[in-house]
Amino acid sequence: MSLISRNIFRALIQGSQHVGKGVHTSAVNLQENVCHASQSISSLQSSAKEGRIKCTLIPGDGVGPELVYSVQEVFKAANIPVDFESFFFSEVNPTLSAPLEDVVSSIARNKICIKGILATPDFSHTGELQTLNMKLRNALDLYANVVHVKSLPNVKCRHHDVDCIIIREQTEGEYSALEHESVPGVVECLKIITAAKSERIAKFAFDYAVKMGRKKVTAVHKANIMKLGDGLFLRSCEEMAKLYPRIQFEKMIVDNCTMQMVSNPNQFDVMVTPNLYGNIVDNLASGLVGGAGVVAGASYSAECAVFEQGARHIFSGAVGKNIANPTAMLLCSANLLSHVNLHAYSKMIKNAINKVLSDGKVRTKDLGGQSTTKDFTYAIISCLS
Amino acid sequence: MAARLFTKIAPSAKNGAAQYSSGVRKVTLIPGHGIGPEITVAVQKIFEAAKVPIEWDEVDVTAVRGPDGKFGIPQKAIDSVNANKIGLKGPLMTPVGKGYRSLNLALRKEFDLYANVRPCKSLDGIKTLYDNVDVVTIRENTEGEYSGIEHEIVDGVVQSIKLITEEASKRVAEFAFQFARDNKRKKVTAVHKANIMRMSDGLFLRCCRELATKYPDIKFEERYLDTVCLNMVQDPSKFDVLVMPNLYGDIMSDMCSGLVGGLGLTPSGNIGKNGALFESVHGTAPDIAGKDMANPTALLLSAIMMLRHLQLHEHADRVQNACYTVLREGKSLTGDLGGTGKCSEYTNAIISKLN
Repeated sequence: MSLISRNIFRALIQGSQHVGKGVHTSAVNLQENVCHASQSISSLQSSAKEGRIKCTLIPGDGVGPELVYSVQEVFKAANIPVDFESFFFSEVNPTLSAPLEDVVSSIARNKICIKGILATPDFSHTGELQTLNMKLRNALDLYANVVHVKSLPNVKCRHHDVDCIIIREQTEGEYSALEHESVPGVVECLKIITAAKSERIAKFAFDYAVKMGRKKVTAVHKANIMKLGDGLFLRSCEEMAKLYPRIQFEKMIVDNCTMQMVSNPNQFDVMVTPNLYGNIVDNLASGLVGGAGVVAGASYSAECAVFEQGARHIFSGAVGKNIANPTAMLLCSANLLSHVNLHAYSKMIKNAINKVLSDGKVRTKDLGGQSTTKDFTYAIISCLS
Repeated sequence: MAARLFTKIAPSAKNGAAQYSSGVRKVTLIPGHGIGPEITVAVQKIFEAAKVPIEWDEVDVTAVRGPDGKFGIPQKAIDSVNANKIGLKGPLMTPVGKGYRSLNLALRKEFDLYANVRPCKSLDGIKTLYDNVDVVTIRENTEGEYSGIEHEIVDGVVQSIKLITEEASKRVAEFAFQFARDNKRKKVTAVHKANIMRMSDGLFLRCCRELATKYPDIKFEERYLDTVCLNMVQDPSKFDVLVMPNLYGDIMSDMCSGLVGGLGLTPSGNIGKNGALFESVHGTAPDIAGKDMANPTALLLSAIMMLRHLQLHEHADRVQNACYTVLREGKSLTGDLGGTGKCSEYTNAIISKLN
């Protein structure tokens, strides 16, 4: 079955290449502004060389490399036509880290990236306030972080059938890295909220809700206290909601939201939040369905997509112990495959994960089992079909 | 040396509280709005039956127009709290609209209530998905994200200032460690986001570290806010006392009360330089006001916290046991806890268990 689907895929790619060539030759004759389109097609062609796709890979810190290795093993076993362009990128190990520009240009070129977690220390040696994560996000303008929190089969949790999507603005707000000490012992930290970025994330959230067939968008805010800042965010969401009459719109204060989340998470559908609240809600919701090891996420700019875990913890206590749960990373990779239209492979990996989890024989420590990361990876591989 | 100096100061602060415990203590009572009056009456009845040596000084805080033309708390209420140094408060309604400052906020400012304490403990008889929750959140209450300094730089660009000062951070950290010691707690966790806000949360964290060295008997750990959120819903028993800046405290305290059954069951105390104010943090519930349906548990537990603050531990234990027994038996619970009892029935049940 997989053989057939693979062949079909190849045939399709070849077909598209021919079409691409056709467009390319015809585009040459057209005016300059169209040339841009022909360029992007030709660059697509080179990246889709022999039907293979290039993807930037950042293993990250902590257990990141182990999890990424697991993904690579699965890709190899399934013979997935993706080539990785790997970068060692780290803030805690600045001497070995690849320069930011290289990583950014690679992601900008490949349009997709799979990324482990980057550790963010409390201070940097250079006294910089921006973390590497922030720099990467800002350089690529990865403004929307999407975390789909969904209960997995046979993962024992207090809550069942949780299924919500959390969309977080991640280029401004509290993560602006603008701080100063006015006089010794008095620090001011600026939280920046702009209308443009608030509208952009609100539009993204509603568009995403429409695309995924969702019914409700909840804006999470603290506008009762931060009347101007969060007020602006909330107003932007309200304005946007008017343009989507079929999607129900709701607003909720962040402290109430966390309380509702732990007592009745099933009421939530799509949530849209400023930066810090998104971080809180992401982690909280991940905790409800089994922890950081099972929730996948992704960050999007207008151009590229970076796939990373939903709850970002480096899990440094588990480094080298072969006990981390690769489920989240594998789900990320499956999402990546469906993002580049390799739906058959994406399904294959997702089905394998579901099968291994529902069998319940191979479980990593965080899900109450004794299996290692490797055991789990091989269990997934043996379930690929 | 510094540590010794400090221990000298700390007991003297406590002595101030201890001297109150002799004789009858006067306590300012702010019944509040909505269901407030009913639940304060319930607490008063229970305390009367338990013969708690407290005299209530009831004041009204309905906003009045002050000499400056702004609406605010009446002077009588302010004087009362200033004289008594301690108060118990029901829920207050904040009128929506400009010109009104939140009365809660006004009280907080007036009495410089710098630390908000909320113990969240699983109660027998209250079914939630989480058991063995026993955490205390301590929140810095005067600055941080709630500094209220905001401005629109140009159209569509707003800048809000989060203010962290060494003085306030140290004050709340010291309170947290002292609270842990007084209440025989083992561990204090500083919740922060210093990896993102390196200077401001960094300062807060440094203050906590500094105070931690003065309390070697209390274990100290630092956790990122997101990690705490994640771990709290997976295993709340990992945490004991949490200390944090304003916004995080606001979020965590509400989340923790969600773990034990909601705001109707969690007490809250505000500790300040000029006194302490204990309150129930739930809403005024105008829809059930006057129908004898409200649940006075949160206010009662807050009042028990107040007794402990006044070093009236025996009375506190007695009332607390009675309250816990009634909750455990689950017979006369109010509607919000899935029972059919009325507020007065619940109150009488507690009174009958006092002995």
